Amino acid sequence: MILYLLRRLFLLGFVFIALSILAFSLAYLFPGEAWQNFSGLRDVPAAEMQEVIARYRLEHGYLSQYLAYLGRIFSGDWGLSFASQQPLLKEMLPLLPATIELAAYALFISFVIGIPLGIAAAIKPDGLLSKAISALAVAGYSIPVFWWALLLIMVLSLGLGWLPTAGRIGVLYEINQVTGFMLLDILLADSPHQQAALYNALRHLLLPTLVLATFPTTVMIRFTRDSMLEVWEQSYIKTARAKGLNRAQVLYRHGLRNALLPVIRQIGLQFSTLITLAMITEVIFSWPGIGRWLIDSIYQRNYPAIQAGLLVVSTLVITVNMLTEILHTLFNPLARKR
Amino acid sequence: MLNKKASEGGRRAALLAAGLMLSACQPPLPDTLRSGLVYCSEGSPESFNPQLVTSGTTIDAISQQLYDRLLDIAPGSGELLPGLALSWQVSSDGLEYRFTLRPDVQFHRTEYFSPSRPFNAEDVVFTFNRIMQDEHPFHRQGGGNYPFFQSVDWAALVNSVTALDEYQVRFTLNRPDSSFLSNLATDFAAILSAEYGAQLLVAGTPQLIDSKPVGTGPFRFKEYQKDVLIRYYRHRQYWRELAKPEQLVFDIVPNNARRMAKLFTHECDVVAFPRVAELGLISKRPDVDVQESTSMNVGFWAFNTTKPPFDNVKVRQALALAINRDAILQAVYFGHATRANSVLPPTSWAYNDDLAITGFDPKRARELLKEAGFANGFSMDIWAMPVQRLYNPNALKMAELMQADLAQIGVRASIVSYEWNSFRRKLGANEHDSVLIGWSADNADPDNFFRPLLSCSAAQTGTNRANWCDETFDRLIGQALLTADQKQRRSFYMAAQQYLSEQMPLVPIAHSQRFQALNSRISGVEINPYGGIALAGATKEAP
Repeated sequence: MILYLLRRLFLLGFVFIALSILAFSLAYLFPGEAWQNFSGLRDVPAAEMQEVIARYRLEHGYLSQYLAYLGRIFSGDWGLSFASQQPLLKEMLPLLPATIELAAYALFISFVIGIPLGIAAAIKPDGLLSKAISALAVAGYSIPVFWWALLLIMVLSLGLGWLPTAGRIGVLYEINQVTGFMLLDILLADSPHQQAALYNALRHLLLPTLVLATFPTTVMIRFTRDSMLEVWEQSYIKTARAKGLNRAQVLYRHGLRNALLPVIRQIGLQFSTLITLAMITEVIFSWPGIGRWLIDSIYQRNYPAIQAGLLVVSTLVITVNMLTEILHTLFNPLARKR
Repeated sequence: MLNKKASEGGRRAALLAAGLMLSACQPPLPDTLRSGLVYCSEGSPESFNPQLVTSGTTIDAISQQLYDRLLDIAPGSGELLPGLALSWQVSSDGLEYRFTLRPDVQFHRTEYFSPSRPFNAEDVVFTFNRIMQDEHPFHRQGGGNYPFFQSVDWAALVNSVTALDEYQVRFTLNRPDSSFLSNLATDFAAILSAEYGAQLLVAGTPQLIDSKPVGTGPFRFKEYQKDVLIRYYRHRQYWRELAKPEQLVFDIVPNNARRMAKLFTHECDVVAFPRVAELGLISKRPDVDVQESTSMNVGFWAFNTTKPPFDNVKVRQALALAINRDAILQAVYFGHATRANSVLPPTSWAYNDDLAITGFDPKRARELLKEAGFANGFSMDIWAMPVQRLYNPNALKMAELMQADLAQIGVRASIVSYEWNSFRRKLGANEHDSVLIGWSADNADPDNFFRPLLSCSAAQTGTNRANWCDETFDRLIGQALLTADQKQRRSFYMAAQQYLSEQMPLVPIAHSQRFQALNSRISGVEINPYGGIALAGATKEAP
């Protein structure tokens, strides 16, 4: 098992190096001078140019420059943003929790709703319930997320006035950012109106989470259903039934455990799609996450920010991927032996 | 789909039961929230010091909320009222102004500054010396540009500002200027704290003076997140009546439609600049009111008077007669503007009622063109500004209407537009034939409409869009400044307006109203016709 973990870790490091090479080479591939894209400085007085060249080792070969780049990444010096002239790392750190928060809740919802529905659909594959669930899943799978979001805003916010349209919390609530996770921050804040703030934050969270959860939920439904149907055909299920276990016992002890294994793996695979959708959701709901920031940066041709944002987002995605892979192996002895 | 969503929503609600159950027994909201006000603004402020800026967005966000001025302008009459100055005397030669200051005015107590003394003469000297003196430790902070004060030639006008004692200040001028007091009452002439300045110098962080502001205004600064929000709290020792909202938040929403949506969902209490075309739709909602207020501005069509054929008065008059301004008022301003006959709005005390009205008369226009030697017309460019402004919400549409009008008298007009920054640069270089642009006043003094727009010095600095330099006109507006007697001044301005209407270097088109959309539970929002919005008196009825 330890060997397996080491192998995974090694793979993670390798992928990260590949990503960092890509991010590094973007400085040359983007328009403008490489030192501008590295540092985020627009203009440097001629007197200081020498210092910049030395700092980014521009007079050395690419390899030396890349090593210097890696060194800067690990020491936290990510350069400045073209737009705000603020350090990029400082700008991104508070944004990341907002995106993770949104994605995590959406993923959680998709589990809680998707898996039971998937099982329900698998119990009687030709029943009316199963057909209805499948139909819904297909519809949810094919609906464009931006349209779905606008539709919900139209009905729930503008039409009925139930839910707010933008942001993480009402602007009148002053919450100190400690962890960057809104709900956690509210609970940590020593505020007299904690309950009201919590309620307000949940109302803000509801629509974006609902929108973002739609796609992974439908994937969960389809996947659980298919996996369940497959497991149901296995001979050990028949054996279990023959032993005299009732339907529920078989479902829980033999069916579910085996059927959910590939589902765990799905989380990792779906995560990259989820992050892409989160970007769109963040733009629509003015959610101050990394996705919206990255898209803004693209509009502003903010090359240092695009570079840094890509590195952070892709590292996040491969890390989650790797973690679910490891989880899958932990639960599945067969995979461990392989 | 809906079915599934409903069940999803149901489960979701169950999950969040803890949170949602709170809604049933919602605790009474604390004061900071219940009386908090959210103003949704159209952009981020450039600075927190009004001395450094001219943009209306910034002035709206900071001036009236954080600062006080020596004098204030009564919104209705344009009369000067005591502000931080209790009273003032002007010497008989008009060169010396003495102000007696209000005692017991407290500066903001914030996380970064605790005042040890109330406002006094030292603060006034500090504030104005920062603008005038090159060697002042704060003069170069924020770039050393003070656009409003430069436009009124402050450095050449004011000789010195001296504190006579704790509550007496003397301004000495180099020449009489009757618009001086009005300029002190503008939103730009905010009073800063000398003690705070000294503290920043000791700490070695002078640059914070414009980003962590301290003033005497109704609200104190709490936080600013760029492109997200500005948060203010009530200044508890304010010398006037305390601000009604305990908390004031400027929610920055540049997108027009999104601002409207936030108004409808009650996330915004007041919304800046609703689109004029949408006003009808907005006013149909019972929960939203539209507030209209006169604003001192003028939208006009300026000719480049140094370029032939526009150097010919007859051509300019002919073009002015060829334009159907009533149609423009309908199509471009949707009726929310008054027809302009002079550059001065009719609400100004110097407005000339007796001006001949330049109507829509294509026949007379053709005759004039013939007299000028252009019987067959000519070709020209109309430059239409690419941005939406209060005084001209849609310059391109206006240009199209004018194009059709001009065709009737044989003038072939083509429409030119560039991106805003290049547009202004090219205008400054006088590359245009004619341009559709305008002006919003900074104070109630009529001089503010004449000198920055049409004087020879404005032609040099590039704000005179007609590029018009006329001795007679300059003498008239110059003389008006030398006397403090309002009757005499009025007669000079009357003559100046008469002269303008004969010379027609620019065609005034409309004075437009300013709009504000607000939740119908809000009352007490004041818009100053000369500048920023005041939110200290805004109250919110309980639902």
